[in-house]
Amino acid sequence: MGMTMSQKILAAHAGKSSVKAGELINVKLDLVLGNDITSPVAINEFRKAGFDKVFNRERIALIMDHFTPNKDIKAAEQCKHCRNFAKEYNILHFYDTGEVGVEHALIPEKGLVAPGELVIGADSHTCTYGALGAFSTGVGSTDMAAGMYSGMAWFKVPSAIKFVLTGKPCGWVSGKDVILHIIGKIGVDGALYKSMEFTGPGLKYLSIDDRLCMANMAIEAGAKNGIFEVDDVTLEYVKDKVNREFNIYKADDDAEYDEVIEIDLSSIKPTVAFPHLPENTKPVEEAGDVEIQQVVIGSCTNGRLEDLRIAAKVLKGHKVKKGVRCIVIPATQKIYREAMEEGLFTIFLDAGCAISAPTCGPCLGGHMGILAEGERAVATTNRNFVGRMGHTKSEVYLASPAVAAASAIMGKIAQPEDIK
Amino acid sequence: MKAQGKVFKYKDNVDTDVIIPARYLNTSDPKELAAHCMEDIDPDFVKNVKAGDIIVAGNNFGCGSSREHAPLAIKTAGVSCVIANTFARIFYRNAINIGLAIIECPEAVANINAGDDVTVDFDSGTITNNTTGKTFKTNPFPDFIKKIIDEGGLLNSIKNK
Repeated sequence: MGMTMSQKILAAHAGKSSVKAGELINVKLDLVLGNDITSPVAINEFRKAGFDKVFNRERIALIMDHFTPNKDIKAAEQCKHCRNFAKEYNILHFYDTGEVGVEHALIPEKGLVAPGELVIGADSHTCTYGALGAFSTGVGSTDMAAGMYSGMAWFKVPSAIKFVLTGKPCGWVSGKDVILHIIGKIGVDGALYKSMEFTGPGLKYLSIDDRLCMANMAIEAGAKNGIFEVDDVTLEYVKDKVNREFNIYKADDDAEYDEVIEIDLSSIKPTVAFPHLPENTKPVEEAGDVEIQQVVIGSCTNGRLEDLRIAAKVLKGHKVKKGVRCIVIPATQKIYREAMEEGLFTIFLDAGCAISAPTCGPCLGGHMGILAEGERAVATTNRNFVGRMGHTKSEVYLASPAVAAASAIMGKIAQPEDIK
Repeated sequence: MKAQGKVFKYKDNVDTDVIIPARYLNTSDPKELAAHCMEDIDPDFVKNVKAGDIIVAGNNFGCGSSREHAPLAIKTAGVSCVIANTFARIFYRNAINIGLAIIECPEAVANINAGDDVTVDFDSGTITNNTTGKTFKTNPFPDFIKKIIDEGGLLNSIKNK
């Protein structure tokens, strides 16, 4: 029996010639990461267990991105805790305010992950790096502590759903619309415990930023990982970032899938997920009149340069509607600089947007844009659970940067075509 | 080993943001976390829960974030076991890693109501609804996972190697 892409990477890292779905294995890790919320718990567990070494100081990343720049005294203490640990163990990839970016934008940008590698992170959106053909998945803090010490993790080998992408996306449709469409189709547990493997002739129309956005939200369908077949787009992206050897794994022709789902990209419309689950999707044209008070453009899902370019293209020459607060958060310092040098900041500022330093901030209701009771936001983020961005009686609508920018101008859920 | 207590019942897709909202994640102190457990879905939970009580829920319990603070808050609040149709995968491994008992058993979920008194016998894999007298059989953990639990969690099991 053949193997899926994910199974091949797992087998290679378990030192086995083959694995099959359901098998429990121990694998070698290429990278272990955590953030300022999950790392403190991992560090406590690491110390409590009496560990006194890390497996490789160059293959651990500690990224202070969630409640930074430190939002309060407790958050500051958590970061200090991480900083001290990083110093003690001479962790190479420790990133703090001034260098930091939202972890899942920063790690690929720095070349810390390559095709065929195996990554765990104490953050559920670690699945983002599947966009580069890596097996990467979110774990908890105890797994992170074990990973930092041993360089190993245990896994149950997942089965997979294969998504064959065909056709070319139209107009303003981006990776965000595609993944929201897919989650709407299969549900928030539609891929529970499984891999989502993306392939097909439509891949070539999806940029690396589209793919990072789609793999990022695999967890919102319950998946263990989302992974894209490596192609020229991937290789072009990693070529000046990764300067170590890596392997490209393709699924076997006779790989077994639980399901094969064909997605015609040309049929997908700009899509929005209504509260309070990412599966509550509908095309923007069917959204009706939903008045909003806030727009957030950023996050590990959609805070990359292409996202900001799209938002700027929609916002250029327009004003954010009176009564709407539009917050733009470039995901990394590099993206921030590039957006600034391209003149995107001028467009955002002219439109009346606030521009923030890189942070996860409002996405998880941390800071920098919390919602009051009864308020609604359109956000390019990844979750719209009850209370996710603030008050339990506030609402988050998930959408692409184009839809978010159009909504900011119109003061209600809208797409660029609706702007008058 | 046995667990016994009163049932708090919830529906599908109970996410980690309602189990422990992110606004409380500026601490990793288990007691502080437990004080806000389930706050956004059931504000009275912390007031009513007693040591040994059991959470019963539908599909995909613990979906969303990887925060280990979620099973930690539930465990520290006194909950002895969570029974659900299915668990989100990160929550599942976090619970095992920190020693919170979890069981997937759709038959039990369908036949247990809020407020019922339930006993779980982990050795025999039996769930008994003491209120109705019905019993349900669960699948035991694979040996690989049982070993982690028996050795007192993942980090101890690694240290013992």
